[in-house]
This record gives sequence, structure tokens and C-alpha cells, in this order.
Amino acid sequence: MTDKPVISARDLSLVFETHDGPVQALSNINLDIQAGEFVSLIGPSGCGKTTLLRVIADLEQPTGGAITVNGMSPHEAREKRAYGYVFQQAALFPWRTIESNVGLPLEVMGLDRNEAARRVKHNIALVNLAGFEKKHPWQLSGGMQQRASIARALAVEPAMLLMDEPFGALDEIVRDHLNEQLLKLWAQTKKTVVFVTHSIPEAVFLSTRIVVMSPRPGRIHEIIDCNLGAERPLEIRETLEFQRIAQQVRDGLRAGHSYDD
Amino acid sequence: MNKLREPSLLFDRIFPVGVIVALLVIGWYAATFFLNAPYQRDLNARQGVSVTTSELVGQTMRQQKPTMPAPHQVASALWKATLGVPVTSKRSLVYHAWVTLSSTLLGFLFGTVLGVLIAVGITHIPALDRSFLPWIITSQTIPMLAVAPMIIVILAAVNITGLIPKALISTYLSFFPVAVGMVKGLRSPEAMHLDLMHSYDASTWQAFWKLRVPASVPFFFTSIKVAVAASLVGAIVGELPTGAVAGIGSKLLAGSYYSQTIDIWAALIAGSVVAMLLVALVDVAGRVTARVMGARPT
Repeated sequence: MTDKPVISARDLSLVFETHDGPVQALSNINLDIQAGEFVSLIGPSGCGKTTLLRVIADLEQPTGGAITVNGMSPHEAREKRAYGYVFQQAALFPWRTIESNVGLPLEVMGLDRNEAARRVKHNIALVNLAGFEKKHPWQLSGGMQQRASIARALAVEPAMLLMDEPFGALDEIVRDHLNEQLLKLWAQTKKTVVFVTHSIPEAVFLSTRIVVMSPRPGRIHEIIDCNLGAERPLEIRETLEFQRIAQQVRDGLRAGHSYDD
Repeated sequence: MNKLREPSLLFDRIFPVGVIVALLVIGWYAATFFLNAPYQRDLNARQGVSVTTSELVGQTMRQQKPTMPAPHQVASALWKATLGVPVTSKRSLVYHAWVTLSSTLLGFLFGTVLGVLIAVGITHIPALDRSFLPWIITSQTIPMLAVAPMIIVILAAVNITGLIPKALISTYLSFFPVAVGMVKGLRSPEAMHLDLMHSYDASTWQAFWKLRVPASVPFFFTSIKVAVAASLVGAIVGELPTGAVAGIGSKLLAGSYYSQTIDIWAALIAGSVVAMLLVALVDVAGRVTARVMGARPT
């Protein structure tokens, strides 16, 4: 069971039909992700990293190749609520309080009220938002809003988190802080995380593997192992090993990027 | 740096509004004199009386059937027709305003329900989306004054008279802003919110109630603010061709039959007061709803 990949893509491709003709968003993607891994997808804009994440989440349909999530099609996996998705913005409903936002997926699932209340409380505490249950989103900072959206994704109790540049809109100090918290969360919950980012330090700091992607057509350039161990204080970024992996990612990005401009 | 001060009711609300009102009244008096003076001069010349300018000014303000009644004439007519007579009297503007208001509200209710239903249909049934909107827009290009008598006559032929026909004319005018506004409102959720609901495998029904409806609430209140004013216009217009015996419209009609310009103006002002009250009421309801829904106070 454990050696079977959670996500498995074979020759996956996706072509968007646009007014300017077809755009090859994904081409020839082969990727296996094992349970409990933290995999980052990194690359410049237009490399298809978000599109790949959206294909896994069944928010986009591939036009070629095959992909399975938990051994099923992404569509079936979505129906079984196999994943929690975290967007670039918190995407909280402004008319709902924090606890009611976190409880939204549970309402949709038709979960028993008591169980829903327990999960809401538990996950709000997990992202350190206890005491803010009754607040509305506008009363919280951007970082707190994004934490609430992570709690919302976790409330579904998925085995997998799909995160699309979740901290991209936040300043670096908040971002460092949330990266640390996310690592702790990952260590506690043993979830599989697929994480889209365009920040090299973020990818190296968080991941067990880094998938370097390149644009036109969107493809995987290189997959880099990143075994810095489970304990990763922020200071690990000063170590030689960290610098070496970061340099490897940087080289990969540079080699994969056709600087045609 | 300007120091922030607490907004004061006197300086931020009453004073600016008061200045505008004062300017309007001054302009109105000026208009009264210039519009009534030619007739008054004719009259004086025929009767062979010569008057000074200040006497002429006085005369233009006291005509029985002036071209342009003076503000104080309208004010005293309004006073007499509201506080001077019992509200049940046929001469009471409160009574007539109530008659118009009742069909306004009924028509507004119909129009709001109809508008929302049309919007839900347009946003959820692709065939309606493609076919319906041009017809709705066409419906509003037909002059109400031409349609109103037909509606009254046709409904009378099937024995529907009284409040309903007038209310239906209000409905005709008020469903449109609601339909257009609610289509926009129900389509206002961001792609990210829709993706989120999709990722939860939410049904169309769940996405509708949990996302589209709450997102459309601000649009709803903006639309019904327009719709309630349109309803009032519809109710007044509906009273004109029916030869209605009561209502603001009938007062306008009677006033024009007998050239009672003062009465016409009084009825007009009564109508606009009703309109202002209705719009203000909707505004308050919108604010309260926004507050209850946790909107950021502005």
C-alpha cells in the first residue's frame, strides 16, 4: 500500500485552446508522488506548475496521458474529498466568520454537527487562530486569513494538501513564520503535500523533493531530492547543504528557461 | 496633517443639504415671478390698473391658478391636504399617497420576485441566458404610457380590476432592474470561490445557496432601490388611464383637468416624499443586512 504512489502521472499533457491558437500548458509530465512526501513544483510563470496542481485537483482536464490520484481518476478522488486545496489568496467568504469559513466544506459534505464543530475547533487551534473564531475575514491580517484557509483545507481531513503559492502574496517575515508552521503541521499530520511556489528558498526549506519545471511547453526539467531531515529550523538556510540544493535548483531553473527575450 | 474629527450631524449632513434646499427655494421663487408675470401684466393692463414692481411681485405669488405656484402656496396646500383634513378624507393627500403606496408595494413585491426568478433562470439555464435578456430589454423600451391602458383594459375584460392591474404596471417597471442586477450579483463570485466549492464536490444547489446568494446580496439591495422608485412611478402612471378615483395619479389628473396647478405640485411633492421614504427604507434595510452579514463598517 505504502509503496504505491499517491499521485502518478504518465505522459500527461494539456493543451489550452486560446484565441491565439493552442497553448501547450503541460507536456510529457511523468511524476510519482509517494504518501507523506512534501513535493514542491517550482518554475517561472507559464511553466504549468499551477496547471499541474489543478489537474491533480480535477479543476482542469488533461488532454493527453494518464493521471491517477489514490489509484483513481482525479474526478473520483475529488468526489471522495481526497485533498484539501489552498489557493493563492485565502478565498474566505467575507460574510462568514472564521469558524463558519473553516466549517464550510464540512457543511457541504453534510457532516454531523458535533463532529463538524470538533474539527473546526481542532483545526483552528492547529493553525494558532484560537480566539478568532467569531471574527470576520476583514478583521484578520493577510497571514491570519491564509492560516484560516489552511485550517479550512485541513478540516476535510484529507490525506493530501494541494497548495498553490499559498504564501505568495504575503511579506517575507510572515512567510518565514508560516513556512515554519507548515513544516510543523506536516510533521504532525503526515500528510502528502504538493506545493507550488516560485521561491527557491521556500521550496528548499519545505520540500523532500523539488520538481523544477520550465515553460513553453510546460514540462518537468529536473527532479531534485532535498533531504534536509525532519528538523528544519529557519537557520538551516545558512548551512552549506541548503545552499548547495538551492544552487542546484537555481541552475535547473536557468538551464530550463529559454531566455528568448 | 488634518486631524480626524467625528462627523457631526449638523455640519456634515444638515448644513450642506440645507444650503441646497435654500438655493432651490430661491430659484423657485425667481421662476414663479418670471413665469407668472406675463399673465399678471396682461390682466392688469386689461383691468386698467397700474402697479409697481413690488406689487407685481406680490401678485405673481398669489394667483389662484398660477403657471408656476410659489413654494409657500404649495406648502400651504400640502399642509391643508395632510394635517388639515382627516386621513380618511378624499381630500387628504395621506389617503391618496396610501392608495398609491399599496399598489406600489404589491407591484414591487411581484417585480422583485419575478426579477429574482428571471435572474436565477438566466444564470442557471444556458438556453434562457441566450434567449431571454434581449426580450427583457425590449420590454423596457416600450413606453409605459402606451402599455398601461392596454393592461388595464385587458385585465378588466377578465374581471380583474382594482389594485392588481395597477400593481402589475409597477411589476412591469420594477422587475427589470432586479433581474439585471441579480444576474450580475449571482455571477459575482470569483473564480477562486467557485473552484473552492467545486473542490468540495458541492452541488449546484449548494453553490447557489452558500456562495451565489450571499455574494449577490449587495447587488440585490442596489437593484431594489431602483426598483422601488420605478414601482412608484408605475403605480402613478397606472392611475392615469384608469380614471382612478384615488391615488397620487388621480390627484395629478384631476389637477390638470381643472388647471389646479397648486394641487398638482402638492401631489407631486407628496409623491416624491413617498419615493424618498421608500428608497431610504430600502437603504436602511441594506445597511442592516450588510452589518448582520459581517461586512466591514464604512
